[in-house]
Amino acid sequence: MTSGANRKSSSLDTSLILQDVIGEVSLPRVSGTEAAPSKIVGRVSADISQTERWEHFKCRMSGFRNKYLVQPGLYAFGEPDANANVLVSANYKLSFDALRQELEGLNFWMLVLDTKGINVWCAAGKGTFGTDELVRRIIEARLDSVVKHRRLVLPQLGAVGVSASEVRRRTGFRVSFGPVRASDIPTYLRAGYKKTPEMSTVRFTMLDRLVLTPMEINPSMKKYPWFAAGVLFLFGLQREGILFSSAWNGGLPFLLLGLVAIFAGALITPMLLPFIPFRSFAIKGLIAGLAAVFLASLTPVIANSHDNLMLRVVTFLLFPAASSYIALQFTGSTTYTGMSGVKRELKIGMPLYILAIFLSFLLLIIFKLNEWGVI
Amino acid sequence: MKYLANVTTLEYDVEKCTGCGRCVEVCPQGVFVMKDKRALITDRDRCMECGACALNCEFGAIAVDAGVGCAAAIITGMITGGEPRCGCSDDDKDGGCC
Repeated sequence: MTSGANRKSSSLDTSLILQDVIGEVSLPRVSGTEAAPSKIVGRVSADISQTERWEHFKCRMSGFRNKYLVQPGLYAFGEPDANANVLVSANYKLSFDALRQELEGLNFWMLVLDTKGINVWCAAGKGTFGTDELVRRIIEARLDSVVKHRRLVLPQLGAVGVSASEVRRRTGFRVSFGPVRASDIPTYLRAGYKKTPEMSTVRFTMLDRLVLTPMEINPSMKKYPWFAAGVLFLFGLQREGILFSSAWNGGLPFLLLGLVAIFAGALITPMLLPFIPFRSFAIKGLIAGLAAVFLASLTPVIANSHDNLMLRVVTFLLFPAASSYIALQFTGSTTYTGMSGVKRELKIGMPLYILAIFLSFLLLIIFKLNEWGVI
Repeated sequence: MKYLANVTTLEYDVEKCTGCGRCVEVCPQGVFVMKDKRALITDRDRCMECGACALNCEFGAIAVDAGVGCAAAIITGMITGGEPRCGCSDDDKDGGCC
């Protein structure tokens, strides 16, 4: 473990309920091996506290999720013995707690890898939930002296980073890739490590998508003040200087349309994803953006600004394009978009976004010159 | 839900397949099925290029240019000139990604 991760772990208020934190415990030896005592981090309870529920909520809302970790190592869930299953997971506490809840009543060992507090799938993609880290933790926990069998159950999505054959070659442990969802683990174990196609496939329900939207809206809202400052400057700039009243009155429609674009791209598009036509996220976002901007333009405050042709064109050019760009960012949160597809979208989309911004600027400059009576 | 058609870099050589079933076990999109003791691709367009199958195929029957299907990561890669990456596991910046 790096010192950086150590620092983060220790700064975390470990509200994880450990009934007894055991530094070193002696377990029944397997066939008289001479190995040193196995290292176990702690015994884990299934009860999720109120504080933890609040923390889980914060993980969905903010950057709080970036420092929500548990200490890596071997944990005892319930009262596992030398024949108990060994499950492997990441050290993102939101994932860890999901396992605590879903696996209540089962007795097993949980080997937690150091993924810097990132969930299994993303960590596997980056390689932190990977073969090397797994092998290191198996050896460090002296797993071969904790259990008699040689089977590890990994979350299926960990397969992106873990080569089962290499783990076996280096440690003797056979890897079974379990179900995608923690809630299917009890059924999977009862069935003798067999899963149905259903257990193997990722889903992406409306609720799954909805919980992700606050973290889609957040990054856009952080950039919004810059956009707002630009709009107020543009409309406030008069021959006499910067006038507050014209900044506000002229800028208000665009300020609202900026929010509409974020709303369309970061909330509506993810939520209605399968119902918006076309597979391309850029097109989905564009459609949602056009619809939202059209509806917004029916309100008096925006309709009034449409007396000017230039502003009307910019309204239907810039803001749907912004919605499209924001919707494209959601590819990073989905369960089914691949790199080649996103690259293709960007290759076609980026020049168009730049063109839309360029044309909008041009039209706004003409609008200003017109307003000042220059042309 | 399906993403863009005909873009995946997934390649599969049925001649090298021994029928171990690992690819069926690891694919999160149900791209592979077992038929007559050989793996079979059902729908290539379902592939999201995660790379789990290629990494876990001991017999080198599967190849895919694996990576993250994430616009932010790819844009970062374009700007820095490197591979698409989020960099979220390395930095402490607020609001990092997956």
